[in-house]
Amino acid sequence: MEIIFLIFILVLSVFLGFELISKVPATLHTPLMSGANAISGAFLASGMVDNEMGKYLGTAAVAFATVNVVGGYLVTDRMLGMFKSKKAGGKK
Amino acid sequence: MNIELLANLSYIVSAALFIFGLKMLGSPATARRGNLFSSMGMLIAVVAGLTAEGIVSYEYIAGGMVLGAIVIVGALAARLVGMTSMPEMVALFNGSGGAASLLVGWATLYGGGIDTFTAVTILLAILIGGLTFTGSLIAYAKLAEVMNSAAIVFKGQRIVNSLLLVGIVYASYQFCLDPGPESQWLYITLGLALLLGIMAVIPIGGADMPVVISLLNSYSGIAACAAGFAINNNILIVAGSLVGASGIILTNIMCKAMNRSLANVLFSGFGAVKQSKAIEGEVKPISVEDAYYLFEAASNVCFVPGYGMAVAQAQHVVKELGEILEANGCEVSYAIHPVAGRMPGHMNVLLAEADVPYEQLVEMDDINPRIENVDIAVVIGANDVVNPSAREDEDSPIYGMPIINVDQARTVFVLKRSMASGFSGVDNPLFFGENTRMLFGDAKESIQGVISEFG
Repeated sequence: MEIIFLIFILVLSVFLGFELISKVPATLHTPLMSGANAISGAFLASGMVDNEMGKYLGTAAVAFATVNVVGGYLVTDRMLGMFKSKKAGGKK
Repeated sequence: MNIELLANLSYIVSAALFIFGLKMLGSPATARRGNLFSSMGMLIAVVAGLTAEGIVSYEYIAGGMVLGAIVIVGALAARLVGMTSMPEMVALFNGSGGAASLLVGWATLYGGGIDTFTAVTILLAILIGGLTFTGSLIAYAKLAEVMNSAAIVFKGQRIVNSLLLVGIVYASYQFCLDPGPESQWLYITLGLALLLGIMAVIPIGGADMPVVISLLNSYSGIAACAAGFAINNNILIVAGSLVGASGIILTNIMCKAMNRSLANVLFSGFGAVKQSKAIEGEVKPISVEDAYYLFEAASNVCFVPGYGMAVAQAQHVVKELGEILEANGCEVSYAIHPVAGRMPGHMNVLLAEADVPYEQLVEMDDINPRIENVDIAVVIGANDVVNPSAREDEDSPIYGMPIINVDQARTVFVLKRSMASGFSGVDNPLFFGENTRMLFGDAKESIQGVISEFG
């Protein structure tokens, strides 16, 4: 039953993802990619296996995921900060 | 209320924040806030996840220190890296996502008590994660020009790749029969997956990079999904499938923009085939001074940037010229082809960096119907995306690819170093067109020349 439940989540989020992302304009495709990538670092939320080797691997995984999350969000934010509207750009 | 329930409730909140964040990416005006929302979602998920794990052990602290160091390096890299090297940054982040799923999958094996379903998901996480990792590293090397960015093809490449695939399937099957951290099949699968990542990306040339980057992006999502199944983590499944979907949509857009199937991009080693048909005609060069007179008289100018603009770092002077023209009462727009540059949206980011307001950035489908009203179309470092052969010459390898029809504008300026052909090695009849003027030289210097004429 657990598996069915997880697959349920998977299917719904795939549909939702397609729906949401097909609305993103071409102008924002690069930030979309780097932002989405940051989200895929959600590994950080996972715990570690209570076992020596498992912990080493887990720590390395956490390290890689951190690069994704922190780097991804910072880069995306920086890029999005550059997209300016004509009016907003004038006021600044 | 137990702590695990609380953690799962927090996951729902962060999933909702991710979704809101992506929704707000739909418009440049709200996009930045959207990114903030999604990063808050991530923070909640991480805190909840770690709390649910209970007591912080010393391994965590050691891990945390590694983390801290990496956070700083990551933050510095993100702050310092130039916008021109954005494609390789994205490739690197993709790779680290792949590596993370590989490692999570692997670590789960040490937890014990693995049924067949879990074994399959672990294997998928390791396989896809591994190939994303090495594939992204190769993509990085090609984009950063550490490695020759042309397609690397050799005889029997398809056979080697097919053998690799068969090997992976066999090793995976053997592993699933008797899953465990000690299984030799695990290492064989892992090694083959890493090798496949390399083999899959080396035959893909520079101009096809947008497809590969988006494809790797979706792989890293799918790998995250598989890892989510392996460790029974909802938020990872949600995040992974959102990322996977975004990558697939982008891949599809890129392929459509080149009028090629994904299989064709992945397996053909484009650029290796050259056609010999030469195009006859006379090239009409123009001097900076003459270009200035035409610019001065123009009332509608459209810039068409390509990868060459990124190489010449010409985006800032282009914007300066755009402003001068506007002050001169001229309508200015920037037409961007979906596959211009080395990743989806590459040109948009460069022009945004130069402070071009996003209202002036127009897509191919918007500019083409009104291209006849454009007095001057300025092609900067673009070639294949404005090549009329794609429309007219059925023998051309790029025939059928949608292009920006600059040849239908009243006048076309082509800024180009020399007469060399574009990435695909296809001659471009645009250069010989009746209304085309070639402005030879470095794009940045040429535009600076025009600007000083205005001064």
